[in-house]
This record gives sequence, structure tokens and C-alpha cells, in this order.
Amino acid sequence: MKKASSVVCKKSKRPVCETKEKAATQTFAIEGGNFNNAGLVSTSIKSILKKMDVPGEIVRRAAIVSYEAEINVVSYAKQAVVNLIVEPDFVQIEVNDEGPGIPNIELAMQEGYSTADRRIREMGFGAGMGLCNIKNYSDEFQIFSEVGKGTRLVMKIFSK
Amino acid sequence: MKVKTIAENLGLKVVCGSNALDRDVTGGYTGDLLSDVMANSKEGTIWITRQVHQNIVAVASLKEHAAIILINDSQPTQETLEKAETESVPILVSNLPAFELSGKVFNLLSCR
Ligand SMILES: Nc1ncnc2c1ncn2[C@@H]1O[C@H](COP(=O)(O)OP(=O)(O)OP(=O)(O)O)[C@@H](O)[C@H]1O
Ligand SMILES: [Mg+2]
Repeated sequence: MKKASSVVCKKSKRPVCETKEKAATQTFAIEGGNFNNAGLVSTSIKSILKKMDVPGEIVRRAAIVSYEAEINVVSYAKQAVVNLIVEPDFVQIEVNDEGPGIPNIELAMQEGYSTADRRIREMGFGAGMGLCNIKNYSDEFQIFSEVGKGTRLVMKIFSK
Repeated sequence: MKVKTIAENLGLKVVCGSNALDRDVTGGYTGDLLSDVMANSKEGTIWITRQVHQNIVAVASLKEHAAIILINDSQPTQETLEKAETESVPILVSNLPAFELSGKVFNLLSCR
């Protein structure tokens, strides 16, 4: 798979969860094309992190990156599996979709670039900001894509 | 300042979430692009928008906004109303366009 990755500086301080025992992994599914349920997975992720008493700043950033990834699956892909991994020193969210893939990742990463159709734009999406938001609000972000197969995002937010 | 105070002062129509009107409003944000609102608005914000689709409820609830105000007498869809009611997101409607309404909300929030 083609790869483009980026590393942003680390921002938060308190541990994500106190002990290794509290660490957790959870899996969710996203259905492409269904805007009625768009946001459900990110809402679940947010409430799980809140219940685990993850620091607010990390929860807020996790909500932003998971929402943007989720909306992209709903907008462009067929379906996706999301893995949430919570460890004492980081939260990782992976989104693996089956879909058309992204032919030019560098272009897709540019703010303002969007292939969203009219229906998607009418709902307020398609500003070409989603992937930039993901990059800006993760500490580590990797994106892999293969045309005709799908796209994989790995987003990591560190506790310190 | 509470959502209720803003609603009363600006004559906004409360179309749902009337059980959450005592939430504190700590700021405002005006925008119709959901990724922009997602990235740049803060917790406790009162969000001014022309979008009426149910996706606004997910955004407001993920960002912990105090309430949403729809401009130009826009009517939320039925799905939006139902979702907002379940998530306790107050939706208020104004007959003003975004510029005027934002100015009024700004003035109210800065002279409290
Ligand atoms: N999972 C995906 N599968 C296929 N194409 C994608 C996927 N995610 C993004 N893209 C492509 O990358 C472009 C840019 O995505 P990005 O999220 O940055 O902006 P957008 O979705 O167009 O608009 P916004 O996120 O601001 O609402 C999309 O328009 C689309 O062409
Ligand atoms: Mg997007």
C-alpha cells in the first residue's frame, strides 16, 4: 500500500489511563453512505474515553479525529472497522475501510481539496478540511490507501 | 450566561431541548462547514448555523456545545429534532441572518 505519514508534536500531560490493567481495546463498525448514523462511532469512542477518565484534552482531540475519519467513511467508502486502543500513555484509533481508496494522498491531504458531491456538500461537509483536522489533532497520523481496495488511518494521541 | 437568557433576550424560538436551557454559554461560533466547526469551536459554545441536517446534533454533542441557533427561520428536519431531543441539545430558531444574529449574541455575551 502507498504510504504517507506525518508526526506532529506532543501536547498533553496526565496519563491516558492510570494502569496497564485499565487499558482497553474495542472494535466498531461504520456503514458507508448512511448519514443517519454518522457520528455514532465517534460518540461511543468519546463516551468510553470519558468513562475511563481519560484527560479532557485527549478526549476532545480523539472526538475530532474519530469524527472526521468516520464522516469520510460514510461519505466515500463502503464500510469500515474501527479499533480503539487505550493504553496508559496513548489512545490509538485505527480506521480500516473497504472503498475506492485515495489515488493521490498528498493532494487529498491539502486543505480545501475535496471530491465531495453536491449531496454531501449540502449537509455542510466537503470543505476539504477533515484530513487536515486529523493531522493537526493527532500526535501521530499515518494514512495508507490502495485504489479499488480501501484506506487505512492510524491516529495516535499521547499522554505526554 | 444561560441559553435561556439568550433565547429570551433575542426572541428565539425553542424547537427542542427545552430541558437543557439552563446550560452555561461561554462563547459563540458561527459556521456552516462542519469540519470547521469541529476543529475550531469550543465546549460551551452557542453554535450559529444554517445547517438543518441531523449531523449538526452529532457535532454539537461531540463538541459539548451549549445549544444550536438556526438562522433565517430555518427549520430543522424531523430526524434532527428527534436526535436533538434524545441527546438533549437545545435548538433555537432566529429569523435573523447569521451576521446580525452573531452580532447580537456577541454583544449579549460581552456585556454580562
Ligand atoms: N476513506 C476515504 N476513502 C476514499 N476517499 C477518501 C477517504 N477519505 C478522504 N477521501 C478523499 O480525500 C478528500 C479530502 O478528504 P477530507 O476529509 O480532507 O475533506 P472532505 O471530506 O472532502 O471535506 P470535509 O472533511 O472538510 O467535510 C475527499 O474529498 C475524498 O476525495
Ligand atoms: Mg472529510
